[in-house]
Amino acid sequence: MELFTSQISILEMSYILASVLFVLGLKRLSNPDTARSGNLLASGGMLLAIIFTILFHKKEGEHIGNIPWILAALFTGSIVGWLTTKKLKMTATPQMVSLFNGMGGACAALISLMEFSNVPDSLILKHGMLNGEAITIMMGLMIGSISFSGSMIVSGKLGRKIGDITTKGMRYVTLAFLIILLAFLVFILGMQARPSMIWIYLFTALALIYGIMFVMSIDGTNMPVIISLLNSFTGLAVAFGGLLFDNQVMLTGGILVASSGTILTILMCKAKNRSLFTIISGAFVGGAMDSTTDRDKAIKEISHGDAAILLRYSQKILIVPGYGFAVSKAQQLCHELDDLLTSKGVEVKYGIHPVAGRMPGHMNVLLAETDVPYEKLLEMEDANKEIGSTDVVIVAGANDIVNPAAEDDPSSPIYGMPVIKAWNAKNVIVIKRSMTKGYAAIENDLFYHPKTRMLFGDVNASMQQLLAAIKNL
Amino acid sequence: MDDVLRFFFDNREGIFIIILSILLGIEVISHVPSVLHTPMMSGANAIHGVILIGALIVMGHADNTLTMVLGFIAVMLGMLNVVGGFVVTDRMLKLFRKKKTKN
Repeated sequence: MELFTSQISILEMSYILASVLFVLGLKRLSNPDTARSGNLLASGGMLLAIIFTILFHKKEGEHIGNIPWILAALFTGSIVGWLTTKKLKMTATPQMVSLFNGMGGACAALISLMEFSNVPDSLILKHGMLNGEAITIMMGLMIGSISFSGSMIVSGKLGRKIGDITTKGMRYVTLAFLIILLAFLVFILGMQARPSMIWIYLFTALALIYGIMFVMSIDGTNMPVIISLLNSFTGLAVAFGGLLFDNQVMLTGGILVASSGTILTILMCKAKNRSLFTIISGAFVGGAMDSTTDRDKAIKEISHGDAAILLRYSQKILIVPGYGFAVSKAQQLCHELDDLLTSKGVEVKYGIHPVAGRMPGHMNVLLAETDVPYEKLLEMEDANKEIGSTDVVIVAGANDIVNPAAEDDPSSPIYGMPVIKAWNAKNVIVIKRSMTKGYAAIENDLFYHPKTRMLFGDVNASMQQLLAAIKNL
Repeated sequence: MDDVLRFFFDNREGIFIIILSILLGIEVISHVPSVLHTPMMSGANAIHGVILIGALIVMGHADNTLTMVLGFIAVMLGMLNVVGGFVVTDRMLKLFRKKKTKN
């Protein structure tokens, strides 16, 4: 503990204020009306902590030095960060979140590496490596590294640059690796003298590799859940950093994120009706391919002209957007189509599945971009209630979220996941570019359903043609 | 047993902070509509960028070139987390706000 000086006192006060701003900010983020101000509050807290640390922090009586270089680093980091987000397309949001999460994990790991040489010899003489400082360093190093490499892989997977490893044995290999990593941790902490840095670097490498393996065998559809989990991992690494530096704002910020991140992960698992354990162990990879081999499957197509007639003379239609909708950037045209049909007396609503697109809220954000009124967006349960009286469901670039296998097929990877029951409507039109499988890589019997007609094409282009066709009626 | 009691005593404030922070985190997340899951995750992501403070401390007391260089990288990484995190969250939320004012 540092002795009292007025400067340290001011610093600690600013840390309390910053922590309060973090909590308030996070709380306000849970409500649509206050969310944006919440984000601003939290960022204000962060700015406060940064400025006061630079001005007032003292370690063994010394102020923060190297200020010009620090400012240069802060400046460069800001510019690069800001530019990276500038290039962001809304469909790439999950990748961005994962990327920046990885940056935080890397920072935590790097700090641990650097602080290792600062562990006083006297401490090691008394307790060996099993002392407070060494433990917090090793934990921060391990968790930060796992979070960093894992997040990088997640980012790659979401960018479709990395595939899944689907061999059944993979999860046992991953588990074995974890055991080795933990054993190594125990080994290092059990040392009685300061270990050479070689051991520490080796440990870091193992942790990084484990991070890769941890994520590698997880199915692509579960990436949002894993991002949330890795988010809380980084929070935990940050908390250990806070313990190491005896820094209250790092500790509070870290724990806040670790605990809220864990709960959020569990909430997301519930929305998919899957336990976290099942998702992590990659238990469903390569599951249901076998169960749908011998069915006689024929699809029925519909032309844009016929679809236009069907839509124009309906009373009520429901649009279910999915990833294809987002990729195609169809939201603007969809809104125009919506307006046109509404002006002809058709009731148009949207069925938003919780995990439509790539992340919860993805569809809402896209549609909000075009000012679609809030009342038209139905949550899944409400959509399912109204679907019996719906004349046409337009499945726009969605696949797994309307797959009946979730209800009928216990061997399916998506079995038990709540879906939008498109087949309960009077007619279904599926807009899709081709018969390729969705993210879960399984067949979708909805496409072969008697009520379904396939409208092949890009969502955006198809909506354009529908729009033109309806205007001509 | 004595060691455990001693440990608790020496670290009582830290333990208090940790326990209360955990409860706080749980409470704050308790009523999030699924629509806000992603912005919340992004916001929390930005908040753990506070690791930057640790990087500032390390870099601020660096006395050799290696530590300076690594410290520079660490500060940059931390700042990326902070700036990237808050900006992405804000962008996600900007669209929500537009939607709300329409009502």
